Amino acid sequence: MAGSLQGGRTSRRIGHVTFRAILTLFMVAILNFLLFRVIPGDPADMLLAGARNSVSAEQIESQRKSWGLDRPLIPDQLLNYLSTTFQGDLGYSFKFSGRRVADLILERLPATIALVGVAQVIAILCGVMLGIYAGWRRGGAIDHVVSGTSLALYSTPPFWLGMVLVLVFSTALGWLPGYGSYSPSAATADLPDWLGDRARHLVLPVLAIALGLIGQYVVVARAAMSDVVTEDYMVTARAKGLTSGQMLMRHAFRNALLPVVTLVTLNLGYIVSGAITVESVFAWPGIGSLTVEAVNGRDYPVLQGVFLLLGLSIVVANLVTDLAYGILDPRVR
Amino acid sequence: MKNPCQQAKAPILAVEGLAVDYRLRGSSLPTIRDVSFEIQAGEAVALVGESGSGKTTTAMAIAGLLPPNAAVSGGEVRYRGDRLPIDDDAAMRPHRWSEISVVFQGAMNALNPVHRIIKQIAEPCQLQLGMSRDEAIARARELLELVGISAERGRAYPHELSGGMRQRVMIAMALACSPSIVIGDEPTTALDVITQAQILKLLTALRSQLNLALILITHDLSVVAECCDRVMIMYAGRLVEDGSVADIFANPKHPYTKLLIESIPNPEHGKRMVRPIPGDPPTLQHRPSGCAFRSRCPSAMPVCATEVPNLKRWEQGRVACYLHPPMKHEEKALANA
Repeated sequence: MAGSLQGGRTSRRIGHVTFRAILTLFMVAILNFLLFRVIPGDPADMLLAGARNSVSAEQIESQRKSWGLDRPLIPDQLLNYLSTTFQGDLGYSFKFSGRRVADLILERLPATIALVGVAQVIAILCGVMLGIYAGWRRGGAIDHVVSGTSLALYSTPPFWLGMVLVLVFSTALGWLPGYGSYSPSAATADLPDWLGDRARHLVLPVLAIALGLIGQYVVVARAAMSDVVTEDYMVTARAKGLTSGQMLMRHAFRNALLPVVTLVTLNLGYIVSGAITVESVFAWPGIGSLTVEAVNGRDYPVLQGVFLLLGLSIVVANLVTDLAYGILDPRVR
Repeated sequence: MKNPCQQAKAPILAVEGLAVDYRLRGSSLPTIRDVSFEIQAGEAVALVGESGSGKTTTAMAIAGLLPPNAAVSGGEVRYRGDRLPIDDDAAMRPHRWSEISVVFQGAMNALNPVHRIIKQIAEPCQLQLGMSRDEAIARARELLELVGISAERGRAYPHELSGGMRQRVMIAMALACSPSIVIGDEPTTALDVITQAQILKLLTALRSQLNLALILITHDLSVVAECCDRVMIMYAGRLVEDGSVADIFANPKHPYTKLLIESIPNPEHGKRMVRPIPGDPPTLQHRPSGCAFRSRCPSAMPVCATEVPNLKRWEQGRVACYLHPPMKHEEKALANA
């Protein structure tokens, strides 16, 4: 009976969390629409501004009409945006004339996922393990080295780290390529060479992102573990005759993981948004670069698309966090 | 000369001259000094004192569970005549839980919140007794029934149980490896009075059923009266009095014990208000010379400031106070020792 009660509570919680996610996504879409509309200036005016003398007021008005800007902002334009967006239509880019926003984003997505995804996986594995170990052996020599280095890495801007990496490993030593995601010469090579070329291009930008993330994960995991080792149930475990390793694996690890999981899954949401600064440093053709280009070109539809994608991934990451937390911590089930 | 009845039985636990120091910013603070006592199999002894008197530190030292900033600086603990390696974590491990187990206070934090209680009870059976997983679970189910919880509740997590239930789980866990000695570190402190009474009744019943020796750490003398044979009073890291419950309550020798007993609210003695002991116990950093209690003692004498009074044996127990000189034959025994 207790089990079914528990099960009912769990599914109700999942339903609640999912409903909240959908509601949040709806709000994100509305905000996304309004955010760019409150910026002063009219898109038609701005687009045709360069040709002010040869364009008549009637022509501007007809352009506004064809974009639907003559109709009231709320509710007509908003409803139109929401209905097209939720049908999966993100509109057309201003800058890359005539190209669909969805196509532009999908084109850039693989490069960004490869870059930030690999960096995240490396950072999670290294950072969480190192942080947990440092917290477990608090005050020891390894803890001092790991915590000190992590704090330094955490507080270093990734783009600066990227530039230093390029200077050292690309410009000075010439070991690795310093920009782009592939060499044109290797674009037509056979699979192993093609993969090797892509991997070599990944190393420096991945490092630039991963090192900072490792610092962040170490700091959080260490703090979580430091809290756990002072808990009463650790004394109980010791009294029960567990070895230090058994205490770590059976009683400390999962408890220390709780705050870390929140951070990690939330960070996973940023995989699709790209790393704007690092992508710029390495001329990496990902979402981050697309965002920069869109800002420079006042490409509102693309910006809206990117922001919506970011919003979506953060909401999904939040959802995953909530569900993962329920699995790890019975108290929130 | 010892009481013949005590001499007949070999004690299950003997603590001799135990001393514990806490380290604080490089300096060593003497916390426990010269604590000696013996416990017989099946005996229930209370260790009573105010917060900071060293009762928990004493018990944790005996169980080899001192925190990293504390260390045993003298004395020894013998279990059935063999020295326990209380200052060596690895060497102590085989003795843990199967000889001495602990029921910690505030069972909420003493149980791991992310594991089912059955798993936590079964764990020491698997690790210390080498049982298989199924055997350990079966044993844990028996233990749950033993403390009055239906075995089905074993699937619950600690937060799903009431405070009294969690304390029962803690007791079941402490019995997992059939220890001879159970240390109860204020096991009823966080509970309401009714639950407290139930837990004490359970402990008393299990003690006689399993012939357990019980060391009950408490600051609550009413708890002592209910379930212990003997009381040891601690003050500022030393034992000041030791005697049977009946003797100590009827005829306390040490002025501190007297004041402690007078401070218990007793409805039978009319509408008397609770009478607190004036003053505060000395801090670790500022232990006075001589008897630590002298600044609060109504009968302090000049001699109390000179030297710490020894815990001297008399017919009915032991007391450390200059008001109670040792018997003639005891003096001889001390001189011979």
